[in-house]
Amino acid sequence: MTSPAVSTTRLSKRYGDFEAVRGIDLTVESGETFGFLGPNGAGKSTTISMLCTLVTPTGGTAKVAGHDIVRERDEVRRNIGLVFQDTTLDGYLTAEQNLRLHAELYGVPKDGLEARLRQVLEMVGLWDRRSSKVNTFSGGMKRRLEIGRGLLHSPRVLFLDEPTVGLDPQTRSSIWSYIRELKQAEDITIFLTTHYMDEAENCDRIAIMDHGQIIALDTPEALKAGVGKDRVQIHTDDNAEAIKALDEQFGLQATASEGAVSFFVDQGESFVPTLFGQFRLPIRAVSVARPSLDDVFMSYTGKTMRDAEASAAQRGRETMARFRGARR
Amino acid sequence: MTAVQTAPVTQVRVPARSVAGELRAIKIVWKRELIRFFNDRLRILTSLVQPFLFLFVLGSGLSQLTSGGTGGLNLRTFLYPGILAMAVLFTAMASAASIVWDREFGFLREMLVAPVRRSSIVIGKCLGGATVAAFQGLIVICIAGLVGVPYAPDLIAGVFGIQLLLAFTITAFGVMMSARIKQMQSFMALIQMLILPLYFLSGAVFPATNLPAWLTVLNRIDPLAYAVDPIRRIVFSHLTLAPAVRQRLDAGMTWGSWRVPTLLEVGVVAAIGAVLLAIAIAEFSKTE
Repeated sequence: MTSPAVSTTRLSKRYGDFEAVRGIDLTVESGETFGFLGPNGAGKSTTISMLCTLVTPTGGTAKVAGHDIVRERDEVRRNIGLVFQDTTLDGYLTAEQNLRLHAELYGVPKDGLEARLRQVLEMVGLWDRRSSKVNTFSGGMKRRLEIGRGLLHSPRVLFLDEPTVGLDPQTRSSIWSYIRELKQAEDITIFLTTHYMDEAENCDRIAIMDHGQIIALDTPEALKAGVGKDRVQIHTDDNAEAIKALDEQFGLQATASEGAVSFFVDQGESFVPTLFGQFRLPIRAVSVARPSLDDVFMSYTGKTMRDAEASAAQRGRETMARFRGARR
Repeated sequence: MTAVQTAPVTQVRVPARSVAGELRAIKIVWKRELIRFFNDRLRILTSLVQPFLFLFVLGSGLSQLTSGGTGGLNLRTFLYPGILAMAVLFTAMASAASIVWDREFGFLREMLVAPVRRSSIVIGKCLGGATVAAFQGLIVICIAGLVGVPYAPDLIAGVFGIQLLLAFTITAFGVMMSARIKQMQSFMALIQMLILPLYFLSGAVFPATNLPAWLTVLNRIDPLAYAVDPIRRIVFSHLTLAPAVRQRLDAGMTWGSWRVPTLLEVGVVAAIGAVLLAIAIAEFSKTE
């Protein structure tokens, strides 16, 4: 139990001339909840697919639960549970049939199975619905069932790829409370990806990923403390002019994103009156925020997550176009 | 404190890979096909209607035209062996399509990440499809009496055995294709493109003798022909017919002037099935 749950050395994956993952080094200790945070297209899912033995790396090595992901694929698979972004349940079978099928595939011994089955179904709050067809479940129930199924064979590491994507906020928070309960009940390491900043706060440590690389790795608190300053966001009629004015009048480096101008100052609340008193442009709205992970992301990459996603999508389209072009 | 915390945690242990584990995986994948088939009443119903349609609507209708040509043999009886093969062909293709659905609905991924060999998944899938298709075949065997074919034990056993083999081969073909063709729409288009030529060329609806040369060649390279012919041989061996009629309607598969023995025909179907299965396993064992 002393070996780390996950450790990687220069782990990389290249598709043609597109480098999806560029040399990742990280160690996740046993019992940790570790989060991969980053925009869509940053390489999180590719990394998780490699760690789960679904995709073969093109460079570097990695061990999961002490086993090499390329040479000891079966050993890795036996020790991990997986919950994917898209559902992988059989909708025509009942919740219980889905779990039993999983138990057979993983060879869960018969003697412990009944107790374990009941335990995971109760843990995800679906014991009463065990005889219903999965097709009749809501998105949140399906996700819960998948988490329960991922746990059925008592894995050492549970991988959750965007466990709450596509769910409404209420269901998202209920999924998180299940994950927290689970952490208390089971001796397990959780490795998850998300592009929701607020969810990353639930992790012991997070790695921020962008363009296939880890650009920051620490506890959420330490990452936020590293930014230190408060973020002030103002809406004006002319953002370009406002950025210029902020530089000229206050010596602040501001950036425009999502239609607003933001900048960082030490004491946001006390700066606002000064700003209103002296700024030469009319301000339509203002907000002050303590540092969030969004700000951490911004301070490392100079852009918001949403902007990063837009550019990643663009990059993806270009890559696909190149692939198509190459094939012709 | 929540109930979860106070309850003792049952830890289960996943055993190391073993032959028994692989067999269990094959069994569970197979069993899932059966559960799903028997849950799907509409699919059972539609697959039952088709043989009846061919046999009693097409067969009865066409017999108005051909009563002289079959030498007194009811056209429905002549068509029956072809319908035995057809029931399996159509159902097995539909079963093979299920692996494409599995991919589209994500369940394939659940099977592919399990700590078992991909070959076990593929074999389980093929056996499942074959069982479901053979079940359809069995129903068509049951209506033998309606077209004047006797219920002889050796006939039933022989026909069912060939149906099972054919069903396995067709499912293996479908599973092999599904490794490459990942969208249901494209897969359906492929099936549409293949199923009728395969069926018509197989000699299921006409005797495969005295055909134009081009048609004879196409018939001989149609794998389905090697299942249709032995089924017809078995069925016709239980009918009392004038030798001339038998010669015209059940001349049998020939290579040049050589009459291909039944065992070799069955061997051809089995060999094709084995090759397709091997390719399917190789395709599914690849990782990105």
